[in-house]
Amino acid sequence: MADIAEKARKNPRVPMPEQEPKVRARNFLEVPTGYTMKMAQEEASRCLQCKKPGCVNGCPVGVDIPGFIDFIVQGDMSGAIRHLWKMNALPAVCGRVCPQEIQCEGQCIVGKKGQPVAIGNLERFCADYEREHGTGELPPKQPATGKRVAVVGSGPSGLTVAGDLIVKGHDVTIFEAFHKPGGVLVYGIPEFRLPKAIVAQEVNFLARLGVKVECNAVVGRTVSLDELFTEGYEAIYVGVGAGLPKFMNLPGENLVGILSANEYLTRANLMKAYQYPDVDTPIPHGKNVVVLGAGNVAMDSARTAMRLGAETVKIVYRRSRDEMPARKAEIHHAEEEGIEMCLLTNPTRYLGNEKGRLTGMECLRMELGEPDASGRRRPIPIKGSEYLVDCDLCIVAVGSGANPLLTSETSDMQLNKWGYIVTDTATGKTTKKGVWAGGDIVTGAATVILAMGAGRQAANSIHNYLTLGW
Amino acid sequence: MFKIVRRQEMTGGTVILNEIEAPLIAKKARPGQFVILKANENGERIPLTMADTDPEKGTITIIYMVVGKSTALFRDLQVGDSYQDVIGPLGKATHLEKVGKVICVGGGTGVAVLHPITRGLKEVGNDVTCIIGARNKDLLILEDEMKKASHDLRVCTDDGSYGHHGFVTQVMQEILDAGGVKLVVAIGPVPMMKAVSKITKDYNVPTMVSLNPIMVDGTGMCGGCRVTIGGETKFACVDGPEFDGHQVDYDELIKRLQAYQEEERECHRQYCTIRDAK
Ligand SMILES: Cc1cc2nc3c(=O)[nH]c(=O)nc-3n(C[C@H](O)[C@H](O)[C@H](O)COP(=O)(O)OP(=O)(O)OC[C@H]3O[C@@H](n4cnc5c(N)ncnc54)[C@H](O)[C@@H]3O)c2cc1C
Ligand SMILES: Cc1cc2nc3c(=O)[nH]c(=O)nc-3n(C[C@H](O)[C@H](O)[C@H](O)COP(=O)(O)OP(=O)(O)OC[C@H]3O[C@@H](n4cnc5c(N)ncnc54)[C@H](O)[C@@H]3O)c2cc1C
Ligand code: SF4
Ligand code: SF4
Ligand code: FES
Repeated sequence: MADIAEKARKNPRVPMPEQEPKVRARNFLEVPTGYTMKMAQEEASRCLQCKKPGCVNGCPVGVDIPGFIDFIVQGDMSGAIRHLWKMNALPAVCGRVCPQEIQCEGQCIVGKKGQPVAIGNLERFCADYEREHGTGELPPKQPATGKRVAVVGSGPSGLTVAGDLIVKGHDVTIFEAFHKPGGVLVYGIPEFRLPKAIVAQEVNFLARLGVKVECNAVVGRTVSLDELFTEGYEAIYVGVGAGLPKFMNLPGENLVGILSANEYLTRANLMKAYQYPDVDTPIPHGKNVVVLGAGNVAMDSARTAMRLGAETVKIVYRRSRDEMPARKAEIHHAEEEGIEMCLLTNPTRYLGNEKGRLTGMECLRMELGEPDASGRRRPIPIKGSEYLVDCDLCIVAVGSGANPLLTSETSDMQLNKWGYIVTDTATGKTTKKGVWAGGDIVTGAATVILAMGAGRQAANSIHNYLTLGW
Repeated sequence: MFKIVRRQEMTGGTVILNEIEAPLIAKKARPGQFVILKANENGERIPLTMADTDPEKGTITIIYMVVGKSTALFRDLQVGDSYQDVIGPLGKATHLEKVGKVICVGGGTGVAVLHPITRGLKEVGNDVTCIIGARNKDLLILEDEMKKASHDLRVCTDDGSYGHHGFVTQVMQEILDAGGVKLVVAIGPVPMMKAVSKITKDYNVPTMVSLNPIMVDGTGMCGGCRVTIGGETKFACVDGPEFDGHQVDYDELIKRLQAYQEEERECHRQYCTIRDAK
């Protein structure tokens, strides 16, 4: 151990180059600019190539981390990406958005004594390298089985299922409600954190493998699950995400200037409203912006507001810093960009003018009490601590729920009391024959990598079904 | 791509009809449902009600008033051109039931939305009187179609240039006074629906209106289309667009419709300048 401590101290983590906070806070370009080959190899050499690697246990899909890192050390980038792809179809995405500090990097032995190996940065590097220098060679495909599979939703979980099943020789079609595929990766996570060209390339990769993508297809409306079966699909995967915005039900919530994070981010990302009026979709430009919530969605909203020219942006969160669910890097980046954290603060009502526009909100200070069911200390209001905050734009990012659009049209599929789809945990099978589900519509809002893991599991089960039976 | 197979200008070019190839939607759509259209890559997603559908031909028909940049862009599309995206059918279908005597009131392009509903109400056996209004004769649309879709058509113009001189509400009130009306359906500008609902409330006649808040996805995912119905927040794209007219907070809707007014005016102005320069 002393040896490791010594090594960790002498050999600090190679920092990721980034745009200057002042500059990037006003543009939509990606914040971290990526390692060079030299930096990547230097960082890769920090890995101790553990025999029993903790990092792999921390990764929800069990990426062979020392394995792919060793390829980098050897300078074999083609080998590195092919090794990564075995467990993770979207390394360019995961390297950027996984909460590494509680997953792979959180379990890295080097991290016990210093900073962990930058696994996410390295994963990203491999994928970016392949995109820029790779041969674009497609993986081999099994002979065609003639079996047709429908994938509903093109988020990370649907994309994973499609990718896995197409190489197994099945005929796969993705049905997506929006006019563009990618799910949260295109409508939610902003350009400055995950460039849309990367997502487009991943989708294009699947298309080159033969996956058909039908956009503008709202399953449950344009076509139902049963109709898909009638059309000849033999298996269906439902990965429609958790697309139902939650509001706080406070007085004044329908004033102009109060938007769900879903709406705000969809306007900004999917509709590219930050380029308005060069594109046709407008987005409200707040001067003093308040964002409610402290997860990734809240950080993305706050940083978007800053880039759209806000003078002040505040995150209002009722618990303390320790409970903020966002990735550490996002909180850090947000603060560097000038976003204020108003912690232990809870809004109580919105204030508006005669035109029905938001002018401010009333907040209440909180203190931490006894731990609640989630084990986190429960915030309790401090009596008489109300105060007013001026704001002309408020983004509500306090979570999302199950959108009932598809499930309410599918009576023979069991849901839990919150409206999420009930599945068999080992296979992803729903209670409706021939239908699997996974990702946020099963677990509730979670992470990209968990949605992909669920997709992989279901793809294996679907393959078994198509070749062996239900 | 969704090709335009028929295009017609109405009211001197301020209202446009497009018949569009969209076979999947045409097969599924019911009266009262809408689609979201996007003209091109950089376009906005615009909700429009289907005024008609032809499942055999695989087409849907939309009728829209040119009010801003996006609808101006739609107007410039010709037969053979395509919309890049058409999504639907969205929203709940109208509940069509035989109740007896029904009045359908339409104003402006609301008449286009009202048309399939009126026809549906007649088909299930109701006695349908239709009242349509416009500011003047030239702005009146679908007169012949509405005549066919109902048993009795009354026309009003604000300036008296055609039909009854005055508002649709006056004619409606006369019919309500005669008694026996079981349902009123009102679709048009928000102030019109508000006025109709206020009167029918006094007569205690159930009233259905179709709301048109600003939308983005149309699938219940953004909450931009929030409306207050009986004190409760609803999403018009999935819970509506039709609601009990007596429960709607119209003043809130009017304010919410103006959310982007300044930006839109500027965007439309720029578009017109560029187009006129060509
Ligand atoms: C703003 C934001 C930031 C986030 N940041 C992170 C992060 O940093 N790290 C991380 O790990 N996770 C993050 N997440 C969470 C992560 O994105 C999700 O957990 C993940 O995308 C879920 O994947 P999914 O495939 O289940 O669904 P989604 O990505 O939600 O995709 C579902 C798709 O299905 C489509 N769909 C819905 N209904 C229908 C229908 N009826 N018919 C057809 N298509 C339909 C939707 O349009 C959508 O495209 C973030 C989420 C958001 C919103
Ligand atoms: C479910 C639904 C069905 C609709 N059906 C029809 C239809 O069949 N025919 C038709 O002509 N219109 C219909 N509308 C209204 C239509 O969507 C708007 O007129 C259109 O979005 C305006 O876009 P624009 O860019 O041309 O104008 P913008 O530049 O966006 O707006 C111009 C002006 O119109 C107002 N406006 C903006 N959005 C709306 C809106 N959603 N509704 C009303 N006014 C708005 C603005 O306040 C602004 O002053 C419907 C709306 C909804 C929600
Ligand atoms: S997929 Fe995510 S958790 Fe797994 S190794 Fe990569 S970055 Fe870490
Ligand atoms: S735990 Fe850390 S040092 Fe060990 S293999 Fe994993 S990344 Fe390398
Ligand atoms: S338009 Fe987004 S929820 Fe209705």
